[in-house]
Amino acid sequence: MKRLLFLAFFSLVFLSGLDAADHTNSDSLIQSSFRLLSSKSFADKATAINSIAESGSSHAVLVLSSILEGDLYYHKKNKNMVLVTETTPRHYEITDPLTEELVSTKSKKELRKKYKKVGINNKLRGLLNEKLAALTIYSKDKSTRLRSTRKLLKNLNPSTVELLRDAAPRETDPQVKELMQVCIAVSDARSKDPEIQLGAINELAGSLYPEVRVLLEELKTAYTDSVAADPRLLPAVDSALRATSLKVSFYKQVENIFFGLSLGSVLLLAAVGLAITFGVMGVINMAHGEMLMLGAYTTFVVQQLMPNSIEYSLFVAIPAAFIVTGLAGIAIERGIIRYLYGRPLETLLATFGLSLVLQQLVRSIFSPLNRSVITPQWMSGSFEFNPALSLTYNRMYIVVFALMVLFGLLWLLKKTSFGLQMRAVTQNRNMAKAMGIRTGWVDALTFGLGSGIAGIGGVALSQLTNVGPNLGQAYIVDSFMVVVFGGVGNLWGTFFGAMILGITNKFMEPMTGAVFAKILVLIFIILFIQRYPRGMFALKGRAAES
Amino acid sequence: MKFRNWKIQAILVVLGMLLLPQLGYSADKIKVGVLHSLSGTMAISETTLKDTVLMMVDEQNEAGGLLGRELEAVVVDPASDWPLFAEKMRELIEVHKVDVVFGCWTSVSRKSVLPVVEELNGLLFYPVQYEGEESSKNVFYTGAAPNQQAIPAVDYLMNEVGAQRWVLAGTDYVYPRTTNKILEAYLKQKGVADEDIMINYTPFGHSDWQTIVSDIKAFGSAGKKTAVVSTINGDANVPFYKELGNQGLSAEDIPVVAFSVGEEELSGIDTAPLVGHLAAWNYFMSAESEENDKFIEAWHTFIEDEDRVTNDPMEATYIGFKMWAAAVEKAGTTEVDAVRPAMYGIEVPNLTGGTAVMNTNHHLSKPVLIGEIQDDGQFEIVWSTDGEVKGDAWTDWLPESSLIVANWTDPINCGNFNTETKKCSGQNY
Amino acid sequence: MLKYKPFIFRLLETDRGSKYFVAILLALMVLVPVCNLAVPESSAFHMPVYGVTLIGKYLTYALLAISLDLVWGYLGILSLGHGAFFGLGGYAMGMYLMRQIGDRGVYGHPVLPDFMVFLDYKELPWFWYGFDQFWFAALMVVLVPGLLAFVFGWLAFRSRVTGVYLSIITQALTYALMLAFFRNNFGFGGNNGLTDFKDILGFDLRSDGTRIALFVCSALAVMLGYFACRFIVQSRLGSLVMAIRDSEGRVRALGYRDEYYKLFVFVVAAMLAGVAGALYVPQVGIINPGEFSPINSIEMVIWVAMGGRGTLYGAALGAVVVNFAKTYFTAVAPEVWLFILGGLFVGVTLFLPRGIVGAIQKIRGMLGASRNTGLPGMAAKK
Repeated sequence: MKRLLFLAFFSLVFLSGLDAADHTNSDSLIQSSFRLLSSKSFADKATAINSIAESGSSHAVLVLSSILEGDLYYHKKNKNMVLVTETTPRHYEITDPLTEELVSTKSKKELRKKYKKVGINNKLRGLLNEKLAALTIYSKDKSTRLRSTRKLLKNLNPSTVELLRDAAPRETDPQVKELMQVCIAVSDARSKDPEIQLGAINELAGSLYPEVRVLLEELKTAYTDSVAADPRLLPAVDSALRATSLKVSFYKQVENIFFGLSLGSVLLLAAVGLAITFGVMGVINMAHGEMLMLGAYTTFVVQQLMPNSIEYSLFVAIPAAFIVTGLAGIAIERGIIRYLYGRPLETLLATFGLSLVLQQLVRSIFSPLNRSVITPQWMSGSFEFNPALSLTYNRMYIVVFALMVLFGLLWLLKKTSFGLQMRAVTQNRNMAKAMGIRTGWVDALTFGLGSGIAGIGGVALSQLTNVGPNLGQAYIVDSFMVVVFGGVGNLWGTFFGAMILGITNKFMEPMTGAVFAKILVLIFIILFIQRYPRGMFALKGRAAES
Repeated sequence: MKFRNWKIQAILVVLGMLLLPQLGYSADKIKVGVLHSLSGTMAISETTLKDTVLMMVDEQNEAGGLLGRELEAVVVDPASDWPLFAEKMRELIEVHKVDVVFGCWTSVSRKSVLPVVEELNGLLFYPVQYEGEESSKNVFYTGAAPNQQAIPAVDYLMNEVGAQRWVLAGTDYVYPRTTNKILEAYLKQKGVADEDIMINYTPFGHSDWQTIVSDIKAFGSAGKKTAVVSTINGDANVPFYKELGNQGLSAEDIPVVAFSVGEEELSGIDTAPLVGHLAAWNYFMSAESEENDKFIEAWHTFIEDEDRVTNDPMEATYIGFKMWAAAVEKAGTTEVDAVRPAMYGIEVPNLTGGTAVMNTNHHLSKPVLIGEIQDDGQFEIVWSTDGEVKGDAWTDWLPESSLIVANWTDPINCGNFNTETKKCSGQNY
Repeated sequence: MLKYKPFIFRLLETDRGSKYFVAILLALMVLVPVCNLAVPESSAFHMPVYGVTLIGKYLTYALLAISLDLVWGYLGILSLGHGAFFGLGGYAMGMYLMRQIGDRGVYGHPVLPDFMVFLDYKELPWFWYGFDQFWFAALMVVLVPGLLAFVFGWLAFRSRVTGVYLSIITQALTYALMLAFFRNNFGFGGNNGLTDFKDILGFDLRSDGTRIALFVCSALAVMLGYFACRFIVQSRLGSLVMAIRDSEGRVRALGYRDEYYKLFVFVVAAMLAGVAGALYVPQVGIINPGEFSPINSIEMVIWVAMGGRGTLYGAALGAVVVNFAKTYFTAVAPEVWLFILGGLFVGVTLFLPRGIVGAIQKIRGMLGASRNTGLPGMAAKK
């Protein structure tokens, strides 16, 4: 109890930013544990971590979390512990973890030579997380408290339950409070007293935490086997489980639909550029995949240019990719495609050659290795609706982004004069020319637009998959399938095509496995085209015949 | 008439071009063939090995060559096209008359060149971990066999991490299939129940992992400690790990141990969400030894890039090259028939501080290390075997192959000797 | 002068290119074996085994290209899935060669191929029955691709799928086959495919004699395939087929059931591709699902376009030229060969719109040579 109050006290002090500058003997406790931290044995390190956590020092949280983050180093010779932070790329500031005084600044090479990181393994990581969770249960930040409680639920032991029993009544946030009560109930459900057990089980009914489900399953088998158990317990467990599993299977379906939509959005982003260059202009554009690739590489370059503001890099990358690939598209159109109008099959040949050249170009410039594109913080992780349903942020953003691109494009085609000219040229080139439209110019811009959109798709893909020379090849076949399935020349067709293929794929995958699902989807496309020879949204009238 | 002359001339020109590569042949140099894909899907991994061989050739030349002769590398590009591997192998041996070939990455490329290298009695060093079940007279396997990677990794997870439930996830091709079969047999023998093993295969370059990761999450929330053994190949790894990170599966909850993810693969990934996941190899760049420091420095100088990493197949190439050079010195010639027996028992310091030995089954003895991914893309070595593990060409865990042994010295002198029937099967030469 | 000319001469007489083509094939059939077997190794004219298998491979590609040209150049169907038929023919032959290994596999199993032993097959899957007989395998080489083409074509042509839609679903076809064959539990060896062949019809595949025999067979197959296609093209059926290519609607309006003619030609082309695949496998020594990859099929289209579509021999020429360029540049300039190859494709499309053959004809036209070799009925606007 005394320890708890102390913990509460120092957390408040520490987190409110007031530096408890006095070097109490708790700091010297930490100091003495440092020697063990530089040991090679993980068992020694565990001992050190335990004693730091129990030192009660205000620096414990900082030290433990810096071990976790991999920022704590020791001098190879004198074994002094230091905190290392990267200030600018390849330059590091070295500070003392207890006094927080600057010791020196070092380059990457010097750092590697003189200092060594305190290495940890998963066991230690688990231990650190557990200790940190207990230390931060009174944190001022609500999300920290929530995270800590969630961590504690995973690994309940008598001392942490004790901690939570104290914290729960004082908790003001309902969400955290509820979670704390779940923790307590989970512990109570194992109690010896059937009354307490019964109450806890009823409280847990319908709770979606996997830990709760595991517990209930466990209790169920225990009660089914034993005759000594209280007769009221088994039905209570049963009904609690039923309530839970019903909800879980419902959320599973919701999750599946989301997976389908997000796969559909990826397909849409990959294919929508092709819907312009191939669908509207009739160029069998085999270099489309390489436009995706260029967009992804643009993201990489943008991130290299602004290493300190990765969070915003995507907002720069999207227009940059549009411009880069758009210009590349215009260059391709003016340099090659314009000589090939009326010979669509020859465009296949030329653009295929071009795709080989672009791939090798990227290989020569950026090396054949994949490049690492960093996912900004706001796009990582997942949004937890409830413990049974969490949707990943990057997928959600991509769904939204795909829709934005689609609607933006529709607006451009339907509502602007450029869109009007573009449609005029593709429908009847000669007539458009006669009306004074500069058809060559419109062609170049249209191809540039399609390529630019592909570049934007590439930015999105860079957040999901490898950025390497083979990126384009992985998507080109799928893109053609989507466009043709939806109906050439129709953006809505591309949209529905992508979504239907995505959802079909995701609903078949659990039943048939990923490979077979894909084969079935392909057969489905073949049969569909056989039934509807012009895709889902066939163009009607005279335009369809040309 | 005039036209026909022109036609004949054209044919002669074409034939002449075919023969052209032969003219560049010079007798006094020792030729080292390099058969790694520089384009196509495998260029990602294989280009590095080509550079490694070139570096080793340079080093050897600076040290005075071999047998007083200079070394010359002959580089060709099989372009990730498996039949082309066989064709290029024939070209290297027949046309360029190379003395040794370093090459191949995928199993299928090795299987493709195997008949050629055996027919022409060439010498191939294969530097990648693979599924075993093979021992050819003309091939030295310097990568890990399953017992040098998969089995120790599972032992580690079982004993040190306490895993009780297992997900075996792999790309659908021979290496994962064989490895998973071996592991399944091994786990069952250790008393793991059927329902505690989940096996999943995905196509090459699979990029949408949402469903599978969500399944793993569900499988792993059954209360028992769960571990994933991943034999997922190359390109599919990045989206897999990204999805793992985003769906919140951390290494403490469900550790993933991978057999195909090394430093180089990590250099293309944002490693922050992967910290703590594991890999099993015979070498990590973070290994502390003098040889390793020297190797890394030489590599950085050669490639002129301080940020390039080193990895296990590079070490395997390094060991293979050093061994071949030592065997050539020992034999006093580059003749394959003399070099091959000279290889057996040859010792070369490996980069992790021990010694690698070439065994008579054409596989190495090497230590096995387990590393955890750090946020800087390096591995922290968390476990290693006590000594070197001898590579086993034919696994003991599958009924058919447990009967077979490989030994290329007398009296067996065969790559697949059946201990029951006392016969050698499948030998071409 | 003979009143009645033999059938083959009639096929050739209208076309000068054909005569050269056949002459070159005959020359190869004689020269290559002689250069390999009779000329001593020290001589500059000796042809190494490497060269024999290489040219043999080119010849199988040439046959494949001819069959593709039949559907593309004359029928007007751009098949982006021709590799499917090639691969299936190859697999049929590969299965025969696998069965020929018998108990000489590494596990020494009398019936099962090695990959089945370690994937725990207890007995041979039903679709492997019969492949120990050469006649059966040979039948399957043409039957399986033919049947697939028949079913696929019947579905597609009947419902009048045309143009890019047809192209893309042929691509879907080969893509689906690739994924299926990649699956290990499909029973065809997965990614590794079929390899480590030992002998064919009892002859050792590694002996020079067998190689030469295979080479001559390939050359012969190209010639026969060429004659078959020529025959189709110059028959009444051929005129009809070209009429379909140029204006399908009108042919239909005249009362022809165009889908049957299309189907016939499509099936014949698929069978020829199957034969090409069957000859390819024993010469390169491996067949794996990579042959089904969509990119491969696109490359085939490029061979045809490069050589000159709608001439048959042009397609063969294109196949040889592109593949020779590939072999040559991957050895001479491994780092930049894709630039060269890609640039070549772009250049040819821009500057040689009718391929190499078209360019030669143009030059000859300018030199005043006879013009009777023009593309038969090729409408200029397409």
